[in-house]
Formats: sequence, structure tokens, C-alpha cells
Amino acid sequence: MASLLAATGRGIFWLLEYLGQLTILLKEMGASMLFGRMRWRLLGEQVVNIGFGSQLVVVVTGAFTGAVFAAQTYFKFSSLGLGSGVGAVVSIAMCRELGPVLTGLMLSGRVGAAMAAEIGTMKVTEQIDALRSMGVHPVDYLVIPRVFAMFLSVPLLVAESIGFGLLASHWVAVYGFNVPAAWYDHHVLAHTALIDVSMGMIKGTVFGAIIVLISCHQGLNATNGAVGVGQGTTKAVVFSSLALLVVNFFLSLILNTLSPLGGYD
Amino acid sequence: MDLSAQQPTEAVTPASEAGQGHFFEVTGLRRTIGWQTILDGVDLNIRRGECMVILGRSGEGKSVLLKHLTGLMSPDEGSILVDGEEIVGVPERQLNKVRQKVGILFQDGALFDSFTVAENVAFPLTERGEKRREVLEERAREVLQMVELENHMDKMPVNISGGMRKRVALARAIITRPSCILYDEPTSGLDPIVSDSIDHLIIDMKHRFSITSVVVTHDMKSMFKIADRVAYLREGRIYFLGTPEELRHCPDPAVQNFIEGRSEATLREKEPKGPRTK
Repeated sequence: MASLLAATGRGIFWLLEYLGQLTILLKEMGASMLFGRMRWRLLGEQVVNIGFGSQLVVVVTGAFTGAVFAAQTYFKFSSLGLGSGVGAVVSIAMCRELGPVLTGLMLSGRVGAAMAAEIGTMKVTEQIDALRSMGVHPVDYLVIPRVFAMFLSVPLLVAESIGFGLLASHWVAVYGFNVPAAWYDHHVLAHTALIDVSMGMIKGTVFGAIIVLISCHQGLNATNGAVGVGQGTTKAVVFSSLALLVVNFFLSLILNTLSPLGGYD
Repeated sequence: MDLSAQQPTEAVTPASEAGQGHFFEVTGLRRTIGWQTILDGVDLNIRRGECMVILGRSGEGKSVLLKHLTGLMSPDEGSILVDGEEIVGVPERQLNKVRQKVGILFQDGALFDSFTVAENVAFPLTERGEKRREVLEERAREVLQMVELENHMDKMPVNISGGMRKRVALARAIITRPSCILYDEPTSGLDPIVSDSIDHLIIDMKHRFSITSVVVTHDMKSMFKIADRVAYLREGRIYFLGTPEELRHCPDPAVQNFIEGRSEATLREKEPKGPRTK
């Protein structure tokens, strides 16, 4: 019992310390945005890396999620005689949940891991000390371009994922299960508002911020050579994925309060 | 000569040279990492234009001390004046002015992997706002000529040898013409000829630009070649401070064992053999 309490206490202390470190990094990021200068070339490189480099991952994830979701929904709905309503369900799910969450999870694996590994390697090989010794703040140089690149790229990637998801679900429903295209499209358009897509993009922006914060923190605090960089990279992916799922739940509640799911228009 | 164990470090510093004659003034520096006390009250003044070599066994805190000198690490206690300005307790962003006066040659070069040699060397100028490509290229070529690497400008750091990386790092450190350069083990892991060329570069920098040099090294041959003064760091303090000649003739066994590279095993072998007594 005592050891369980001790372990719980240690866990709470660790969590508080970790959140404290993230808050300090957030403060530094705020200071960098206010007092640092934007390095446009680095921003451009990061936009290409995050936005352009994630195309395949995002398109495949969005398309196949939409396709499989349409298929599963059709199997159940058709037995109830609601086969043509597949579009409405897939559309809402893709816009509000699956699009942003799956894009976020894929990006935490692809982009978050790369950020943690790259910055972590720079830390353990003294490249970050070299930056500091030349009067360049590492948050200005390494973190801020990544933050803005995420802010620019992730909402668009989420929208792209939703779009390909809907396209694939349309293809599966219409050509796979012979749902009339007009009915399918009608249900999608009737049940999907601009706010649903916006909600996905807002979530994507928040997830992007979580990924960049956690991944850069792991990179900047990497120690212990290659082993430490490996551990930091793993932690970056695990922590940002978990944080993303937890934050998604609360964000869904908040956004749904602001914009509840409407009825049939 | 100074054996701090017996007398204070300041005893070797003439009163006339105190104060504004020092580029670095370190007082009562203490730093603990984890449970281990690395620096335990370091007092050290480094004069303008001199080459100070810091000696000590591995893990004694030489590199830690070097990083404190430019604010890359913060002490638990103590004061560091760089060119008359206190840097302890100063926020990171306000250290930039001081850091522009000090260049560092890191142990493994710390070159940026994604940049070419020329881009690495020109990086400090780029960060200071120089955007003209031809100026950056010209200045990079100029300093790379000094380290005899002007023919390797377009190579990536991964494609050059360890000795070349150190010379590129030295070129990067001097491109902004700092008042001082800190060298972290500049000759470690290099063959004797490359080591000798690095020693000559350090001497050359000092003479051509009156640069203050602080060199952390284990290389005794190099130390005797380049040092104006030597500080021997032991158990977290400056154990000896003096000229290389004074070091050579220092009677202290700990100092002599270090100079001669005698380990405990060697010392035991040299002990007179005889019956052990309790």
C-alpha cells in the first residue's frame, strides 16, 4: 500500500514537473514570437517538410478511413433500410473527429518524431550550444519556424484528409454498394455545415501546437547520446499522441457546446 | 606559480594587472550536477590577450568551466565577469552582446549537419543580418584560407575528417573576429601533424588578432607550445596556476603525476617492494 502511494506520488510529481517544463517552453515561445525575428527561409523549409512531405500519409489515412467507415456504416444501415444515409454519418465523423484526430496521430508519428530526433541530435552533438554561443536563441531558430509551419499546414492537411475521406466514402457507397449518388450527396450536404469542417481545422491547429510543443521539448532536453535521442523520440510520439486524444475529448465537448450537432435541414 | 591548496590564486596576479586587464574574472564558482560537485569554488582571472590553458583529468569539470565562461551553463554560486560585464543571473537573450565577443571551438566541432562547410562558416554573419551572397562567400573563403580549407567549401560536414571539422569550426569561430576564443580540447583525437597545425593556428590567432585564448586540453605537448599560463583543475578547484615552466618545476606530486601521466597503477609499481606492515 505504502509503495503504491509512493509510486502515485512520484507519478504526480513527475507530471507536475513535466507540465512545468512545457509551460516554461511555452513562455519562451511567447517571448520568441514577441522579441525574436522570423526566419522566413526556415519557415518555408518547414512548411515544405510538414505540409508537402505529409501528403501521402494524410491522403492515404483520410481516404481509407472514409472508405472503411462508409463500408461499415453501410453494412449496418442497409439492414435498417437507411443505406442512403451513410454520407451523413461519414461526413460528420470525418469532419468533427476522424479527420483531425487521425491526421494528428499520423503527424505526431511522422513530423513529431522527426522534430524530436533532429533537435535531440543537435542537442547531444552540441549544435544547440553552438547556436547559443553565437547569440542565436534555440527557440527562435528551431521551435518558432516549426510552430508557424504547423499552424499553416495542419488545418489544410486536416481539410485535405476530410476531403479525401468523403471522396473515398462516396466512391465506396456509390460504386461499391449502389447507393444513388444524388441521395448520398444530398445527405452529405444537408448534414454538413461549414462549422463542421471549421471544427476539424480548429482541432487540427490545436493538435499541431501540442505535437510541436511536446516534440521540441523532448528534443531540446535530450541527453545521453544516441540512446537519449531514441528515448526522446519515442516519448515525443507517445506523449503527443496521448495528449492529443485526451485534449480531443475536452475540445469536442467545448466545441460541441459552442456549435451543437444540428438536426436535418 | 600558485598552489591554491596552500595560497590563494590571486597571489600570482600582479596588482597592476587586476581589474580591467582581465577578460574573464571568475570568483567562487560552484556547480553541482546531480549529486556530484563539479566546480567547488573556482577562482580564476584570465588576462586580455593571453593564452590560458586549463588542464585536468577527465571528468574534473574543465569543459563545464569553459561553458560557464560564456553563459552556456549557469553556476549554483559565484560570479563571472566577461570583459567587465557580469553574466551570472543574466537572462539568455541578454547574453547575446557578451557572446558576440567570444567564439567557441567545441570538442567535436558542433558543425550544423544540414549546411555545407561554407554555410557553416558564414552562419554567424548570416545571423547578424548579412544577406549579400558574395560578401558571405568572400568572408567564408577568407577564413577558410587561414585554416587551409578553401578547397572544401561545398562539402558537407559528414564528408570531411575530424581534423578538418575542427578547423572548419575554428574558421566559424573567428569569422566575426571575436575578442576571445574558447577551445574545448582542440587537438583530442587528431594525429600529431594535424594537432601541430591546430596549435599553430591558436598561436597565429593570438598574435594576428590579439585574441584572448582559453584552451582546455589533456595534451601536454600542445600545452607547452601554446600556453602563456596554465591552470590545473583538481577536485573542483584551481589547484595550480602559473606559467608552463613553473608547472614543469612544480614539486607537488599530484601536478607531477599529471604532467608525467603516471596512474595509480604506475605509482604502485614504483613503490619499494618489501614486507607489508599493518
